[in-house]
Amino acid sequence: MAHAYAPFPYVVPPGLNAPEPRHKVVIIGAGPVGLVLALDLARRGTPSVLLEAGDAVATGSRAMGWSRRSLEIFDRLGIADKVLEKGVPWSVGRVCHGDDEIFSFDLAEGPGDRMPPFLNLQQYHVEHFLSDRALADPLIDLRFRNRVTGIDPDADGVQVTIRTPDGGYMLAADYAIACDGARSTVRAMLDLDFEGELFEERFLIADVEMEGDLPSERWFWFEPGFHDGQSALLHRQADNIYRIDLQLGPHADPKEESRPEKVIPRIEQVIGPDFELDWVSVYSFQCRRLGEFVHGRVIFAGDSAHLIPPFGARGANGGLQDADNLGWKLAAVLDGRAPPSLIDSYNRERVQAADENIRQSSRATRFMGPANGVERLFRDQILALARKAPFARDWVNSGRLSTPCIYATTGPDDPRLPAISRPGAVAPDAPQGAGWLLAALGRDAMLLAINCDAPAVADLPVLPVEVNPAVVARYLGRAGRALYLVRPDQVIAARWVEADARQIAKALAALWEGRA
Amino acid sequence: MSLIDTPNIDDPDDFLAELLAAHRGLTEAQSHALNAQLLLILANHVGDPAVLRAALALARQR
Repeated sequence: MAHAYAPFPYVVPPGLNAPEPRHKVVIIGAGPVGLVLALDLARRGTPSVLLEAGDAVATGSRAMGWSRRSLEIFDRLGIADKVLEKGVPWSVGRVCHGDDEIFSFDLAEGPGDRMPPFLNLQQYHVEHFLSDRALADPLIDLRFRNRVTGIDPDADGVQVTIRTPDGGYMLAADYAIACDGARSTVRAMLDLDFEGELFEERFLIADVEMEGDLPSERWFWFEPGFHDGQSALLHRQADNIYRIDLQLGPHADPKEESRPEKVIPRIEQVIGPDFELDWVSVYSFQCRRLGEFVHGRVIFAGDSAHLIPPFGARGANGGLQDADNLGWKLAAVLDGRAPPSLIDSYNRERVQAADENIRQSSRATRFMGPANGVERLFRDQILALARKAPFARDWVNSGRLSTPCIYATTGPDDPRLPAISRPGAVAPDAPQGAGWLLAALGRDAMLLAINCDAPAVADLPVLPVEVNPAVVARYLGRAGRALYLVRPDQVIAARWVEADARQIAKALAALWEGRA
Repeated sequence: MSLIDTPNIDDPDDFLAELLAAHRGLTEAQSHALNAQLLLILANHVGDPAVLRAALALARQR
């Protein structure tokens, strides 16, 4: 069933009648990134005002592929059960050239994870779950139809000017977080420009409703017989809605191409005639980011900070990881627990992540739309080789799917421990009794003790870990015991086979100071 | 391992003849395709990034 876009209620904000007390955090934009940040801050006891210019969830499926890491973040925020119930988990991808399947892949790794590697769910459903949660949270002041029209940062805060249906008002806050998307007004008002590449490739994306039962798999075509563009992608989503992405090539006219008379015959060739067109949009591939994500007391997260082409699902998933990285740092600085310099580490780490996402997405874009000449020659011959030789399949790039960035760090490490859980990486999940390791981590920094007693360190709770095959594979490797220092965002800060209290306290101090 | 830039094929004339025979009767575009596949197959066989980088550098040398 096509989605019904019921508006959220507008409530007259207090600032229209009297000046509001200074706020700690104002978040601009209640898309997935702004909502996740507000909910994460609330979990840490930090209140925020969340300003949204509109009063409804996103139109169309938009960001619909959620990575395991995003599902783990949703779990901490209390919406994972709803997302898992509604969404379409998948692990198998099929890659076709022309009308033939040339190979398939399976991202599933065995029983060590609670979350599937990927799950498809329209952005509007996710925004609904997050918004409902935010509206019910006393620490989140979510204001619809509150449009930011001015922003005035100074050394220790920000003045924000807001327009509502009843007139304008102003707010003051210690920090403003711009989560206002690709066309960020905050970015424009601060006169900041994106750096990077704008590809000429254009894609048409459509949501179609049909009573089919196509498998829950990712289908990708290079040069499909049914479409004269260069590539096509098909995903199953919730409610019998399928998502189709068709590459249009550089000279396509977006308006002309998104007319139903043009779109419907194209889609008929992919899935047959029995469907209804629910939503169509055209976008250009962009690989661009702000030079810096932190500008004094104004911080950018999600698409306002970086634009990533969608194959690989690195845009919204990367945005949620921005929020995940920023939440605990902002809360700790506002609580006086950490120095303001901790925020600088958000800039360093998420710029690294954005660059990685941009590098991966640029490569995928070039593979899908190679320049004429030698670039196209190698692309075509890789596709030809992939049919007959397994090694060439690794070169076929239909988008490298989002995985969390492994942050550059000099945190203590031991080469006997497995690479997957090295410092800078997100702690991998593992079963623990009837539950899961990630769910047992608190909102604070923690020390995991595996097959050993942990030395006592002030302000550092210890989690004894039950040893099982997943824990051995992901946390012990060739070592018989280990200690892992885990940050509040579940990123591993340091690890040892053996360590004394002084070494651990030193790594804990570095963690709170945001030192790499 | 480093790149072998001294003779390493027992009968180099034989290999060159086989290489050219593989191209016989092909159009220029087909020959380019064959060379590209051959390069990818051999690069994968070599595997070692240091050797591949040395090979790229040698090929680019004027």
